[in-house]
Amino acid sequence: MSSRLARLAAIATAAGAFSGLFGVGGGTIIVPLLILWFSYGEREATGTSLAAIAVIAAMAAGAHALYGNVDPLAALLIGVPAVGGIVVGTTLQQRIPERAVAGAFAVLLVGSAITLVL
Amino acid sequence: MEAADLFAALAIGFAAGMAGGLVGVGGGVLFVPGLVIFLGLSQLEGEATSLLAIVGVAAVGAWRQRSYGNLRLKDGLIIGALSPVGVVVGTVLANALSERVLELSFAAVQLAFAYRLAVRALGRRDEVASAG
Repeated sequence: MSSRLARLAAIATAAGAFSGLFGVGGGTIIVPLLILWFSYGEREATGTSLAAIAVIAAMAAGAHALYGNVDPLAALLIGVPAVGGIVVGTTLQQRIPERAVAGAFAVLLVGSAITLVL
Repeated sequence: MEAADLFAALAIGFAAGMAGGLVGVGGGVLFVPGLVIFLGLSQLEGEATSLLAIVGVAAVGAWRQRSYGNLRLKDGLIIGALSPVGVVVGTVLANALSERVLELSFAAVQLAFAYRLAVRALGRRDEVASAG
């Protein structure tokens, strides 16, 4: 296994563990590691993180659906406006400096850490 | 379901998507409380349903970022495909350590990342995107 593939596998393991333990997508682990470890630009890290999250969430949602815990109508009610929101958010992101993206992410991480501790 | 609750769920969905687009996360942190508080789902149903919503939202976000040249699809798919390994590791950890130790460990990791990113944000000149 190449060292690059090994590092991607390490990110996947950390994201999967975080996702499984705390019921979130894993983006708070994927984005910083792509930036700090793979020298990704901030925008590249967020775009690539979203692709990984789509795969992770699809597998997890499929597993939950087997147990009948997924409410498709509720997913549509909250997901359809969110699709509009993410188109706006990604468009907006192209118009701000990358270091503002890094700053916003630092704030998100502090908030997430506080939520975990409380 | 009252109209105000429905409106709140739609608004939270939009806000979660927009925040997700800005920082590259799925929005589950806002979806779950939105589904539980305003649409009356249980915590477990909320988490499961949030994951289904995230699939569509993250896929559309990745597709938009691809058009801006910000998607390394192969790396993203490798991370996604290998993540089940992490779920197993997480389950083993959860049985070996107390939940409190795990929460504090992840919080410490996130604060370390936050520090490194804040240094980047404050210490580096940066070009504004030329994408449009």
